[in-house]
Amino acid sequence: MRKVKTKFEFYEDLPLGPVAEVETSPLHRTDWHLHGRPVIDHEKCTACRICWIFCPEGAIQLEDGAVTVNYRYCKGCGICAHECPVGAIRMTRS
Amino acid sequence: MPGGGHPHDEELAMTTKRLLTGNGAAALAVKLCQPKVICAYPITPQTPIVEYLAKFVADGELKAEYIPIEGEHSAMAACIAASLAGARTYTATSSQGLAYMQEGLFYAAGVRAPILMTVVNRSLAAPWTILAGEDDSISQRDTGWIQFYCESVQEVLDTHIQAYRVAEDWEVRLPVMVCLDGFNLSHCYEYVEVPRQRDVDEFLPPFRPMYRLDVEDPKLIPPFEPPEWFMAFKLQQEEAMENAKRRIREVDEQFSERFGRGYGLVEPFLCEDADAVIVAMGTIAGTAREAVARMRRKRRKVGLVRIRVFRPFPREELKHALRGVKAVGVIDRNYSFGCGGAVFTELRSALYGDRAAPIVLGFVAGLGGQDVTVHHVMEMAEKVLGAAETGEVERETEWIGIRRRKPCQSLNSP
Repeated sequence: MRKVKTKFEFYEDLPLGPVAEVETSPLHRTDWHLHGRPVIDHEKCTACRICWIFCPEGAIQLEDGAVTVNYRYCKGCGICAHECPVGAIRMTRS
Repeated sequence: MPGGGHPHDEELAMTTKRLLTGNGAAALAVKLCQPKVICAYPITPQTPIVEYLAKFVADGELKAEYIPIEGEHSAMAACIAASLAGARTYTATSSQGLAYMQEGLFYAAGVRAPILMTVVNRSLAAPWTILAGEDDSISQRDTGWIQFYCESVQEVLDTHIQAYRVAEDWEVRLPVMVCLDGFNLSHCYEYVEVPRQRDVDEFLPPFRPMYRLDVEDPKLIPPFEPPEWFMAFKLQQEEAMENAKRRIREVDEQFSERFGRGYGLVEPFLCEDADAVIVAMGTIAGTAREAVARMRRKRRKVGLVRIRVFRPFPREELKHALRGVKAVGVIDRNYSFGCGGAVFTELRSALYGDRAAPIVLGFVAGLGGQDVTVHHVMEMAEKVLGAAETGEVERETEWIGIRRRKPCQSLNSP
């Protein structure tokens, strides 16, 4: 099997056929911070799971009835904060 | 022993003889090549290939993953993924099915997936037909696939075995189409020598992928390529095509040494002293062979060049075979509207600039299963001989077998 080369300057350095190393979610962080990071106020949170339904990245987790955010995959879109009916999610920049 | 044979005869025999159709030979050859993944959607006249292979897998005669699928577009997608995952991969189609998978054809060649596909040639609608015509695979000639066109059932079997060797060669790494005329070859029976499994195994080493798709070591094939590098990868494909010319010849020679049959990229027949030569592909070449042999008996100096490999186009071999010939008549079972037959235009382009280049005449025949007889070919050859004598061409391209009110307009069968 051939090793994947990613940096090349000349034609002669190219790998045989178009191939690239990729950043896939199991092995790499795929998070962005578009509008900051969502922080859940567990005092206010009713665990209604609306954020879990609306999250386009599947970054909202349900752990023992509690709602948490997986920051490895969260893109910071802010949809969860927008949809939360009790205002328990705040977008923060730190 | 029944038949009085020596007890070891069967073991010593290099081959067994079987009565097979073109489709049967294709399926049996594929079985001998032991692909790990087969994914194809049935379509007339390719259907029996899919049925045979599905049965081989169901009966446990072939250890492969057989994927029934909803259409040809998905079939090609599955084949590309399987090939990149490290499996020797096979598919087959015809006509509308090939057109439907076209997008995937570019992908397969672009990611250098050495998939083998049998194309049982059938003209494309409309009007609706299920019969022979090479317009389906010819219209895919720019997708980056190697293309073989077979003349006999034996050649169908042999070419499939050779094709995997060529496709998987490190200097080539390109997908291959093995094309055979629908019904004329796919459904016609011939006695065929079938090689032993162990001889095929020795001839065709196990498939080794370039980069294996692996969740533990992820790769993106193919990534988005910016303009800076896109053309460079296309040039790689062109270089692989050029390499394929040499490797096809070498693989054919090695096959010939082991199994006693070889075909080359082009096959000249009685061309040495010929004034006029017919150039044809597929089963029409078989008919032309008979026509040329009959005309030779009447001392007409005609010959035949059969093109077996259309992609890569064997320019040098054709130039060599046609050296000293005064006029050439190309029979195309395909057509590019507003231009001409594919073999005609490409051959003439290859000969351009050669001072001693022969006159080239184009004949369009056999589309949609139209019968091309020995008499048709003899009439065409007489026209070519006429052009060789006078040095003049009456019409650049002629459509054969069109029944017209004015018979002088066409070459109707007598």
